[in-house]
Amino acid sequence: MIKEFRLPDLGEGLTESEILSWKVAVGDTVELNQVIAEVETAKAVVELPSPFAGTVAALHEQPGSVVEVGKPIVSFEVDDAGAAPSGAAAPAAAAGNADDASAAPAAPPAPKREATLVGYGAAVEQGGHPTRRQRNLPAAAAAPAAATVPVRAAVPAAANAPAAVVESERPSERPRSTPPVRKLARDLGVDLTQLSGSGAGGLITREDVQHFAEGAAAPASAGVPATAGRETRTPIKGVRKYTAAAMVQSAFTAPHVTEFLTVDVTAAMELLERLKASRTFQGYKLTPLTLAAKAVLIALKRNPTLNSRWDDAAQEIVQFNYVNLGIAAATPRGLTVPNIKDADAMGLLELSAALSELTETARAGKTTPAELAGGTISITNIGVFGIDAGTPILNPGEAAIVALGAVRKAPWVHNDELAVRQVMSLSLSFDHRLVDGEQGSRFLADVGAILSDPGMVLTMV
Amino acid sequence: MLTDDAGRGANQAPEPANSVKNPRRTGGDLVQLLTPSGERISHPEFDLWISDVSDEQLGSLYEDMVVIRRIDAEATALQRQGELALWPPMLGQEATQIGSGRALRSDDFVFPTYRDNGVAYCRGVAVPDLVRAWRGNALFGWDPYRYNIATQQIMIGSQSLHATGYAMGIQDDGADSVAVAYFGDGATSEGDVNEAMVFAASFQAPVVFICQNNHWAISEPVLLQSHVQLADRASGFGIPSMRVDGNDVLAVLSATRIALDRARKGGGPTFIEALTYRMGPHTTADDPTRYRDPNELEDWAAKDPIARLKALLDRKGLLGEELEDRVKAKADAVAAELRSGTINMPEPAPLDVFKHVYSEENSWIERQKDHYSRYLESFSGSVQEGAL
Repeated sequence: MIKEFRLPDLGEGLTESEILSWKVAVGDTVELNQVIAEVETAKAVVELPSPFAGTVAALHEQPGSVVEVGKPIVSFEVDDAGAAPSGAAAPAAAAGNADDASAAPAAPPAPKREATLVGYGAAVEQGGHPTRRQRNLPAAAAAPAAATVPVRAAVPAAANAPAAVVESERPSERPRSTPPVRKLARDLGVDLTQLSGSGAGGLITREDVQHFAEGAAAPASAGVPATAGRETRTPIKGVRKYTAAAMVQSAFTAPHVTEFLTVDVTAAMELLERLKASRTFQGYKLTPLTLAAKAVLIALKRNPTLNSRWDDAAQEIVQFNYVNLGIAAATPRGLTVPNIKDADAMGLLELSAALSELTETARAGKTTPAELAGGTISITNIGVFGIDAGTPILNPGEAAIVALGAVRKAPWVHNDELAVRQVMSLSLSFDHRLVDGEQGSRFLADVGAILSDPGMVLTMV
Repeated sequence: MLTDDAGRGANQAPEPANSVKNPRRTGGDLVQLLTPSGERISHPEFDLWISDVSDEQLGSLYEDMVVIRRIDAEATALQRQGELALWPPMLGQEATQIGSGRALRSDDFVFPTYRDNGVAYCRGVAVPDLVRAWRGNALFGWDPYRYNIATQQIMIGSQSLHATGYAMGIQDDGADSVAVAYFGDGATSEGDVNEAMVFAASFQAPVVFICQNNHWAISEPVLLQSHVQLADRASGFGIPSMRVDGNDVLAVLSATRIALDRARKGGGPTFIEALTYRMGPHTTADDPTRYRDPNELEDWAAKDPIARLKALLDRKGLLGEELEDRVKAKADAVAAELRSGTINMPEPAPLDVFKHVYSEENSWIERQKDHYSRYLESFSGSVQEGAL
């Protein structure tokens, strides 16, 4: 017969574990307590011993998968004797018990235990035993009641619909109230989630429900806003969740220093126009970003400290002898920072092609994980939004990030006279653990020098 | 005289010293009768208390240690298989538990911690009952008065007060039995244990404090908690103490007998520090690799309590196939009994929760029980969903 092994709660109150590896394969013969898998919980890596002696019939989960407690992970083919080795010994066990067990009524066949949060809860028998009702009624169940209530009808349907969708997605807590108030609300057809409680700690009181039921005209209801349309709740997941975690990690591990430099980029913009007009660059997209990226790559050669990584685990500073240039891109899925591999080896033509491809891929949402991994330094082009400067947060694992401001005409002292020039601000954040002010400043000054006088490159390379 | 075959871990801090001059200490710095390689070494005082131990009894001490290690392994597996919510392994502490547990008389009363399942086994507790509470099947596994071993305390150290109180009761009865409190190194930093020692000393109560110094209070190393040897903490209360190799079953047996004899003759309390090591996790929900140097575990594995007794049996020519087979058969049988007894344990009835709240009938509890039973009955009829 086939016996399933369901993932148990391996710690105290764990809800899931990750299968790290299987120590057996389908068809293997296993003994009782033979180690069959290694799994990692939130608390520890542990070995799972087989609860049966038999043959492995199926492995239901792959290594790397995170499995909920209670899900079957492996099935065994067990011969009938092996499946119930303990039946005969049961009376002996009961006889040895203290009064509790011996006083228990002759045992009905023990119902199968269901895993709950902490170990095992009371067994649920068929027919009539109480099961804990779910705290979170599905939105569908609440809807019919709502339809019968004039008050609810006053809520614009359009505003109502998205709120209901959000509601069903998020495991919200039932509004705080007392059983009699809940009963009153049910009798009056009032949906408690539409109310803000006026009692202690937001408790919804009898008065709140009555006021709400009396309709929006009631004076008290002015103080009880229907919150549904006034805020929208979005579950934190996907890129937003990842970005948040990465930013928090970066902000609270790397001590950030940010420096600013405003430069006259008139000469660079003139160069850009000439290049655009040249035959060589026909069909290529040249922007201030292209020149700035090249300037960053040139300045990095003279200031390699900015192109490095703090390896905390190894207690080493990793100096990269190549540059994978990350470009922050706003995509439909959110912020991503794909990088151009070995950008330092590229000529301007190649670089401009790579930049175009990278941004197009990112906007189409087709950036691959490989393109997102392994960056060594990043550029964020906030200038496209008309912004001048900021204090960018480092892409985790990198030592520096440059923010490009908008190129705009401004009064500027040029040749000791006030003139209208094209001006741009550069913001540089760096990780002060491995970059000192001197190196950061020299790097930023070099980038600025190239952009204000592109001919300066001749003195640098 | 003392040998340490394993050497010390590179990271091991020096042990707190100065204890040898302590006039309240018996047996010097560390009593060891059996080295890690199984060599029996003599001690002028402690030898006297185990001179009666026969070859056959040595074999049975070995059997008990192997069996409780097997109970421990089986219970750990049962937890991993979802049959127990939690289990606190005692791996490495077998000599302390068997050496002390086997020294007790049946009318002595034991006040154990959650980890003292080897002691409970010595008291005759049925094997499946050891895991009853860990399965969440009952509040406690056995009747304390049937085996003279109290409920296992999860609260750290509180049982030392229970033991001292019980010992004061023995004094009032004019009996010569002894109360024995077990606790760990961390518990000696708790108020309860210190209060218990004050009372035990003041009343010269017949209580033995057995401190299993397994070096780790969950993740807190013992050296961080005490700048003196734990055995010297007792001296501050005027309680005589001993510090023994807790992985040496003979040293523990001898020390426990000395302490019991003193208590029975009106000599008051004794504190025994048994130096051992928790080789497993604190519980099955703990990951000791996060706070413990693996070298330390290796050092202590070389001082394994069962291996050294086995080596002694071998030296004496007692370790034959016959003994090995018998011990293995016993361990297998006990493990099977534990497994089947656990899996087939009858579920408690819902109303059982009201049992044992008070020893006598209590109107409040009766009322609650009545309400709860009517509540349960309300589910047996045809009740519309949502009507409640």
